[in-house]
Amino acid sequence: MTIQSDELVKIAYLAKLQIDADNTARLTRDLDQILNFVDQMKSVDTTQVEPLSNPLEMTQRLRKDEVTEINQRDAFQNIAPATEAGLYLVPKVIE
Amino acid sequence: MEWEVVIGLEIHVQLATKSKIFSGSSTAFGAEPNTQASAVDLAMPGMLPVMNQEAVRMAVKFGLAIEAEVAERSVFDRKNYFYPDLPKGYQISQLEFPIVKTGHVDIHLDDGTKKTIGVTRAHLEEDAGKSLHEDFHGMTGIDLNRAGTPLLEIVSEPDIRSAKEAVAYLKKIHSIVTYLGISDGDMSQGSMRCDCNVSLRPKGQEEFGTRTEIKNVNSFRFVEKAINTEIERQMDILENGGSIEQETRLYDADKDETRSMRSKEFANDYRYFPDPDLLPIEIDQAYIEEVRKTLPELPEAKIARFCNEYGLSDVDAGILAATREQADYFEAVAAKSGDAKMAANWVMGELAKYLNQNNLDIAQSPINADALGGLILRIKDNTVSGKIAKDVFDAMWNEGGEADAIIKAKDLIQVTDTSTIEAIVDEVLANNAAQVEQYRAAEEAKRGKMIGFFVGQTMKASKGKANPQQVNEILNKKLNG
Repeated sequence: MTIQSDELVKIAYLAKLQIDADNTARLTRDLDQILNFVDQMKSVDTTQVEPLSNPLEMTQRLRKDEVTEINQRDAFQNIAPATEAGLYLVPKVIE
Repeated sequence: MEWEVVIGLEIHVQLATKSKIFSGSSTAFGAEPNTQASAVDLAMPGMLPVMNQEAVRMAVKFGLAIEAEVAERSVFDRKNYFYPDLPKGYQISQLEFPIVKTGHVDIHLDDGTKKTIGVTRAHLEEDAGKSLHEDFHGMTGIDLNRAGTPLLEIVSEPDIRSAKEAVAYLKKIHSIVTYLGISDGDMSQGSMRCDCNVSLRPKGQEEFGTRTEIKNVNSFRFVEKAINTEIERQMDILENGGSIEQETRLYDADKDETRSMRSKEFANDYRYFPDPDLLPIEIDQAYIEEVRKTLPELPEAKIARFCNEYGLSDVDAGILAATREQADYFEAVAAKSGDAKMAANWVMGELAKYLNQNNLDIAQSPINADALGGLILRIKDNTVSGKIAKDVFDAMWNEGGEADAIIKAKDLIQVTDTSTIEAIVDEVLANNAAQVEQYRAAEEAKRGKMIGFFVGQTMKASKGKANPQQVNEILNKKLNG
């Protein structure tokens, strides 16, 4: 499998990563190598193996439905760049 | 060309847990912004989710209620997208292994027929926060109180064929989740939100047409309007030889139109993968059976029982069983009054009218079931007529108190003494000699209508207290005899 540079740009966009044009060739090559490695793994016959969603042979511990958190808004908002009326302010998002 | 409408709904139900799905923050509605947003909800570095057992139990309950298979093993995935009200940069959801598999619900249509709608799946996920786009110096305000509230997303099969069916299905899901007590179902507070997938295909065609998705519709009425508006829009395009673009649309209730959400480039590439912070949930049969024992009588069973036990029609039983509170209220009135038909008529008639006018829930009714049952008893034993009973009801609503006390205080006891009624009738006939002559001169066929005048006059003269049946009999005797 080889990755095209426009796919690289798309992945970077989705991950909100900024990529220098000079770097594109090198990153494409690196990703290709990773994908080749994945291809190599995919060649193993896994039809008899159950899909693994977690490497630990454990299941989820569940917690009781209880409110255990207290209001720490002041502490959290102390380290936020901008707040007003109890809200976190972010650059305008327009739908 | 004749078109067939194909609709599927994705319903998001907020689960009524005390705390969030992955953190110990409160889920109470209406708190000051960000006072219920903990380090986990804010996605502070190093925070880890811990699953709420009650959310699992509620999802299992729902699965059993729609006769679905509950997954013995279900897995959480990350749905990746960037938006400021989603601090982690991903929503924890379930993609490949949802907790509830295929099930079904029955809906009742206006023409009395029943239709089964398939439920593809239901999965657990977390809600996002809220973005407030009012102007904060050119910035957007973020409230993360809602972030991490447990949601059950219920996905239907594309089995729905009209906006009316969609509403009936949504109402059925609403009544199931409120019966189960797993959600308050309050649509005005966003406890239930609905995405509608709508497409058209030429009648008889097997494959589906291109669909659009109308996002976040939040009332029964808007679901019907939004779908009908979208059907019309698509039909216009198709009739004119155009084609439908697969996209997400928003319903604007003020303009009654749907419009395209500015399609974000690559918007639908969520790059799901299993969340390494959460282990699979395993549910065994013993647990499922334990939950099954806690299921209440569900709407379908109640409707069937109301028909059999009380002799109600499907439609009336459906209305009364719409909420658990209303069904319980009706049954209490029926038990007290010993007359289910009258109980049904009063609950769906006078009581529903007063509740609507005052925008109240049945739980908030100033007249309780026992008091309404008491009023019906007085109609049945002829203490008051049905008409006077409405005045008594009005007084009970506005001033409170029991029917008996009001009937006594306002001197509303029905007059059933024959000689008293005869005296009133004689007076009425004497005062309306001209009409009596006309009546006697009239043909038999016209008399039926004309007698109404004398009944009205007699009732008026008795201040509404004379027994209407007796008035009719006596008038017939005196005028025709």
